[in-house]
Amino acid sequence: MIRFIINGLLRDHHRSLFPIIIVAIGVWITVFMQAYLSGVLGDMTDSTARFSTGHVQIMSRAYADNKDQVPNDLALMGVERIMTEMEAEYPEMTWVKRINFGGLIDIPDEHGETRSQAPVAGFGIDLLSPNSTELHTMNVSKSVVRGHLPENPGEILISEMLAEKLEVNLGDQATLVTSTMFGSMTMHNFTVVGTIRFGIQAMDRGAIIADVTDVQQALDMQDAAGGILGFLPNRVYDNEEALAIVEKFNAGHTDENDEFSPVMGNLVELSNLGGYLTYAGQFSTYLVVIFVIIMSIVLWNAGLLGGLRRYGEVGVRLAIGEPKGHIYRSLIYESVFIGIVGSIFGTALGLGCAYWLQVVGLDISAFMKNSSMMIPSVFRAEITDQTYYIGFYPGLFATVLGTMLSGIGIYKRQTAQLFKELEV
Amino acid sequence: MNNSALITITDLVKRFPMGKREFTALSNINLTFNGGEFAGIIGPSGSGKTTLLNIIGSLDVPTEGKAVVLDNSVGNLNTRQSADLRNQYLGFIFQTYNLLAVYTVFENVELPLLLLKMAASERRKLVNQSLEWVGLTDKVNSRPAQLSGGECQRVSIARAMVKEPKIVLADEPTANLDAKNSHHILQTMEKLNADLGTTFIFATHDEKVIQYLKRKISLEDGQVVADEVKG
Ligand SMILES: Nc1ncnc2c1ncn2[C@@H]1O[C@H](COP(=O)(O)OP(=O)(O)OP(=O)(O)O)[C@@H](O)[C@H]1O
Ligand SMILES: [Mg+2]
Repeated sequence: MIRFIINGLLRDHHRSLFPIIIVAIGVWITVFMQAYLSGVLGDMTDSTARFSTGHVQIMSRAYADNKDQVPNDLALMGVERIMTEMEAEYPEMTWVKRINFGGLIDIPDEHGETRSQAPVAGFGIDLLSPNSTELHTMNVSKSVVRGHLPENPGEILISEMLAEKLEVNLGDQATLVTSTMFGSMTMHNFTVVGTIRFGIQAMDRGAIIADVTDVQQALDMQDAAGGILGFLPNRVYDNEEALAIVEKFNAGHTDENDEFSPVMGNLVELSNLGGYLTYAGQFSTYLVVIFVIIMSIVLWNAGLLGGLRRYGEVGVRLAIGEPKGHIYRSLIYESVFIGIVGSIFGTALGLGCAYWLQVVGLDISAFMKNSSMMIPSVFRAEITDQTYYIGFYPGLFATVLGTMLSGIGIYKRQTAQLFKELEV
Repeated sequence: MNNSALITITDLVKRFPMGKREFTALSNINLTFNGGEFAGIIGPSGSGKTTLLNIIGSLDVPTEGKAVVLDNSVGNLNTRQSADLRNQYLGFIFQTYNLLAVYTVFENVELPLLLLKMAASERRKLVNQSLEWVGLTDKVNSRPAQLSGGECQRVSIARAMVKEPKIVLADEPTANLDAKNSHHILQTMEKLNADLGTTFIFATHDEKVIQYLKRKISLEDGQVVADEVKG
């Protein structure tokens, strides 16, 4: 009987090829969308963590409340002690201090007069410690366009776009004009030793990267920082793990009246990603549900038409004494077979496209010209475990459901009535 | 006498719902068929031939009265039991052959055997024997589309005969055939009836069929108006 079914399927293309193509297309889209979505979200999460919030971040309460303004006058104090504590408590994690700052960069000519000037977004990160992870975290080494990484205090990198705009050459002096932690204006001279391009529009427009110790000096921020960022051991964000760390830390620092007391937050609450992440989870589910519904309806109708075409077969099989339930089940087996084959093809196609998008990527920098979002200019898919099996839900479920629906028609019909229809 | 009867029909009435009223397709039918008969239900279109044949084949049930086929009362069987009855004892031949287009002649004839737990070699033997009876051994691997109408109907006879059923029910088996092919398949069935003792019951209004029948049951408006056995 199984061979009978398989032979029928293989020879009758209306029964196999058409449904398999439909299933494969639906599965293909589902799989691809899932991979695309997790790629985009993964990238967003990852670059937010790397460039902005870490997986968890400690700030002063006041700084946290106003962090969009980069209020260094509200910076976290006693940074070294907190870092030592955190490193002792979570030795597997990476803890780094950072200072973000705003200001003007001023490029003087040979007479010391302003040659060009531009507002900048500055990042003070640990560039010079021998075991610093920051070069890797912010992908600095790979992003260097010209020149080299800072090797001595006083050396900085500036974004390539800014360098072009300001007509800065390597080795040129650049003066940072900004205000100290205590509110007074200050100027600090740096040497530009390299240019950099991160592939993130918001940063490439006007970033300067300086060593955090230099920045502390420049802004008069002894033992202070904008924040301390913590990264989970395998560098992949895990919301539950992060939440546990946050809760523990905040439970030990409950002094809400002291606006300079430290407070910790996790990536999701500190960025606006929380909404996206929930949305993405729901979206995957909706996607599967929608495809199950659409494909079920298509396959149901295909099944009805196929069923009509197959009245002869059903009639004959009833006449030779095959029980209705048996016929119905064999139709379901067929659909399981079609569902599996279609899902495999669709998943393979989806994985192929996802792989392409994972390796090659889709450059969207043209649309991101004025964006301040911390999302990369190249969208990439990410093939996760889910990518391999997600397509089987709509693929199998829809075919079986579609067949069950159309099969009921045959099942419910009076036997003699089926034969009447057979005759015409 | 009743003990040797294959089929006993007593006071059978069949009504179909037609809107609010009912339409009586068969009424007051009393008939007995014995083993080895070569009988036909004849009558004009709409007289109830197919309806009667369907009830004998347990594809439909009586509204009133009884139809007992091989000790099974058709009205009292559940779908599983009526499927078993068809599977074990009945063969069907249709006007439109109803061969499955994607399967070969061999596979079409083999189909009824697939429901039984039977070794492939045993099935092969029975299929070949059945195809021999209808003279189609040279077409085992052809598809129905490659056969003539007469050949198709012979395949469907082979399919009906492969399990050597007690009763073969044939509804207008010649309606789509020319005279030469009609005679050919009737001679085939006549021979099977003689050699194997299989009971054949036809529903037909085709003169070519009627001349072969050993018993003619005439229906008119759902009633038996004549029941003659050939000389
Ligand atoms: N399922 C049904 N519902 C309602 N009426 C039916 C049904 N089946 C048959 N009839 C009616 O019962 C009567 C007998 O039908 P049947 O098919 O038995 O005729 P027949 O003798 O086989 O005719 P033909 O020679 O045209 O095949 C017809 O008037 C038909 O319209
Ligand atoms: Mg009829």
